Amino acid sequence: MAKSKSQAEPNDVSRARGATAKGRAAPARDTEDSIAPASGPARRASAETMATRQREISVSEFFTKNRHLLGFDNPAKALLTTVKEAVDNSLDACEEAGILPEIIVEIVELSAGNGPSAPGKFRVAIEDNGPGIVKPQIPKIFAKLLYGSKFHRLKQSRGQQGIGISAAGLYGQLTTGKPVTIISKTGKGRPAFKIELRIDTKRNQPDVVAEETVEWTSMNAEGAHEEKVHGTRVEIELVAAYRGGRTGVDAYLEQTVVANPHLALIYLPPKAEKIIYPRVSNELPREAQEIKPHPHGIELGMLLHMLQDSPTKTVKQVLMDDFSRVSSSVAEEICKVAKVPPKSKAEGIHGEAVERLHKALGEVKVMAPPATAVVPIGEDLLIAGLKRRFNAEFYSSTTRPPAVYRGNPFVVEVGLAYGGDLPMDETAEIMRFANRVPLQYQPKACAISESVYDTNWKAYELAQPKGSLPIGPLAIVVHLASVWVPFTSEAKEAVAHYDDLLKEMRLAIQECGRKLGSHLRARAKAESEYKRLSIFQRYIPEVSASLGNILGRSKDDIAKLFEKALPNFVNVAEATNPPPVPPTGGDGGSPAAAVTATDTETKTEAKSAKKKSKIKVTDPAADAKTKGKSKTKKPEQLSLPES
Amino acid sequence: MATKKTTTKTSNDSAKPKPKSKAAKDRDLRTLDQIEKLAEGAWRAVNKRQNPALDIRVRALSNVSFNQKKRIIELGDKTQSREFFNIAMARKFMQTFLVADKCRELIAADKTITIRQMYYLSKHTVKGTNENTFEEQSESDPIIEDLEVGVDALREELHLYANKKGLVAGPLTVNDTGDEIDLTRMGRGGWGIPSICESDVLQFKKCKAEFVLLVEKVAVWQRLNEDRFWQKHNCILMTSEGQAARGIRRFLQRLATELKLPVYVLVDNDPWGLYIYSVLKQGSINLAYESMRMAVPNVRFIGMSASDYEKFKLTSAVEIKLTKEDIARAEQMKAYPWFADKKWQKEIDGILKNGFKMEVDSFLTKSVTFIAEEYLPKKLRDRDFLQ
Repeated sequence: MAKSKSQAEPNDVSRARGATAKGRAAPARDTEDSIAPASGPARRASAETMATRQREISVSEFFTKNRHLLGFDNPAKALLTTVKEAVDNSLDACEEAGILPEIIVEIVELSAGNGPSAPGKFRVAIEDNGPGIVKPQIPKIFAKLLYGSKFHRLKQSRGQQGIGISAAGLYGQLTTGKPVTIISKTGKGRPAFKIELRIDTKRNQPDVVAEETVEWTSMNAEGAHEEKVHGTRVEIELVAAYRGGRTGVDAYLEQTVVANPHLALIYLPPKAEKIIYPRVSNELPREAQEIKPHPHGIELGMLLHMLQDSPTKTVKQVLMDDFSRVSSSVAEEICKVAKVPPKSKAEGIHGEAVERLHKALGEVKVMAPPATAVVPIGEDLLIAGLKRRFNAEFYSSTTRPPAVYRGNPFVVEVGLAYGGDLPMDETAEIMRFANRVPLQYQPKACAISESVYDTNWKAYELAQPKGSLPIGPLAIVVHLASVWVPFTSEAKEAVAHYDDLLKEMRLAIQECGRKLGSHLRARAKAESEYKRLSIFQRYIPEVSASLGNILGRSKDDIAKLFEKALPNFVNVAEATNPPPVPPTGGDGGSPAAAVTATDTETKTEAKSAKKKSKIKVTDPAADAKTKGKSKTKKPEQLSLPES
Repeated sequence: MATKKTTTKTSNDSAKPKPKSKAAKDRDLRTLDQIEKLAEGAWRAVNKRQNPALDIRVRALSNVSFNQKKRIIELGDKTQSREFFNIAMARKFMQTFLVADKCRELIAADKTITIRQMYYLSKHTVKGTNENTFEEQSESDPIIEDLEVGVDALREELHLYANKKGLVAGPLTVNDTGDEIDLTRMGRGGWGIPSICESDVLQFKKCKAEFVLLVEKVAVWQRLNEDRFWQKHNCILMTSEGQAARGIRRFLQRLATELKLPVYVLVDNDPWGLYIYSVLKQGSINLAYESMRMAVPNVRFIGMSASDYEKFKLTSAVEIKLTKEDIARAEQMKAYPWFADKKWQKEIDGILKNGFKMEVDSFLTKSVTFIAEEYLPKKLRDRDFLQ
């Protein structure tokens, strides 16, 4: 409607202007009609005929056409996303139920692909030992998009929208025509249901194709088969491509294992041996507390909803009930700044008053949101996780105290693994995690990568070509835990560049880096002492022999004198206990070798990396100051593991 | 100590081995004592858990001075401590005592070897490594020099000598360890000047020569020898074959002091030629401790001078462009105190001003006999030389 009008207007400005006064639609059409024969394009459809074609778009239909938005751009990524969504769901469910997760990931190649134009067909099955799902909910969870428990609350979890797993099922359905198969059991003595589901893409409704009760036996962590007590298994057939490298399923699982030391994982890859990752920690992550939105992070639209949802409450009550950290006095302060009477009814707040209120919410000083809402991995467990994947010489980790961006509490953690089997001459491997979920795509667009790039690694005795990653046998884990992780897109591939986040990441990396630096310096010193010692020891017999000959004394006695004098010139204790010298050069067999695989993404991302390197490196003084502050700052709110 | 000595160099069946003189015996005893003292010092230090060290006199420009009165370069007193417990010095410390021990062995057995043979004598693989005590002779030669200074002994007192270098011919008869040698009867080859030319092994017997001419290049020497220059001009004709070795320098000094002969030197016209002359005249930085018995302060620089280009109407065909190194060396030499005299500054500036260098051989652009028949006679006649 508006579109056809704008096409007409420039042709007859005066009449169009006159039309605005009277009312738009009818005169405008007159205008169009009158001038159409002269110069305008021929009329194609009327508002009425157009109206017949206007109808609701189902979310499923939307997805069908925009699958890239959710991570199903190509067959390789589709496989990863499918596994990832299912595993993330399983982990969330287990943790919420207080169960130590035990997950089986099985990928079977049903028919081989033939190049990128003809990808193969796979069956992906993910099975957990979670609480199971009650039967009526199964269809909705797995075959209805935008259905979930996580969207409506502010609570740290892996999944956020409740779109992932059903999208995976839909993708499978679209590419193979096969329904999704779910088996779920909620406890001992209860039946296990096996349900085949299809999504009615027009109505965004689940369609139960078949359902039955089954006997469910499964593999346990030791690989033996036994009756399943509780859990859920989802099987999806899909057209996909199985690839290695940084963006592959293998990398995802390897990294997941690092960030989830409490996870026992059995992985049955296509055409390869089963891999078992036994659990390394029996400590379940503390349950994240659900929190209300914090005044500093609220958006205008959300505020409007909150006011409308409680029409009979006063503004003050809404502020106090629906926001975290808003006390009676804080609420009054907000009202005062916004020039809104605290006792006025919420439904009565409109227009500019809402905007003033929104502005006041951002300005008034409010206590930081409770950090109990954020659950970091913890320094010890992060190292335990790193040890699952790397056989390194040195590990360090740092869990920062909780901080806040836009009213959302978050914690940054960094872990480093250095030396050992890691490849010597390659660039460091970065593993990015958001709420324990590995981020594998778009590294160059991610705030986490930027913080690693912007760190001066030379200060920690590592080689670092200008503006790039440090080089050496190093793996870097950066974990961002937050109630709401700000991704750059719905595909949840990269963390957005918020200054508060970047600052914490940098501080965490620096803290960890300093530990590595002092380790490497100590090692270099020990090595140099070792070298000194070995030089002196090499020449002592020679000199002793010469002196012995000249003086007519026993050369052994003289050598003993030299050995006794040695400690005055070399730190023998340090020198005789040199740390293991890292192996020379990249041996392809090391676990980290997998990340070097080239990816088409890398090239395009390289360009964008240059743009972002403006952010200053934090100066050491400021660094130290914040560090000092952090010690006194609210550790009591958090039950962080003691480091 | 051995009473008889078989010379290792010349074996002449008819000649009797020369019995070792008491003076020589005493010198050996003194040298042994010095070596022992050096070792004793090291032993005492390590016995006290201290860092054993050798004081080595610094042989560098920073530690030499030009004695204006004696007109020679003298070594200063600055020493460097060579410590064992210092990774930069441990290897050299080891090498110094290794050479010291081998010298002790040589003196005790009354044997003499070349410095190259010393390199092999003290070379072996350090136990448990693939490292040799010495990798190159260039490593052992400076250690020998260090030891000479360290025990205050001359090279021959350590029973070491260098390969003979340099040639001589002319109306002079010498006695070398009992053999009479008439240097007018040396044919085309000349007599090789031994590394050790001390009076106890080499004596001058008869001399009819009126002066000494030393040329830098063997080729020039051969040319002059073929023309019997030494006969026509009644001189002793020598070549140093490049930079003069110690034997030649000692030989030359004795000719100058014992026989009171004036010495003329003919070198190429470049900074390096000039420096050869300079070393003969006042000694070298590296062997400043030997200047006293080697320098010939009165030696005369007969050529080739930068001014000879015009004087003898040479053409641009003889010009060799100065390299960056040549220029740098010339500037460096201008700064030496023993070249401070105006006439030398002028001579060096002449090369720099020319912008090219010249070889003595370039006189062959004139004729084959130009050096012998035109250049040198004119220079001697005109007393055209620097001193």
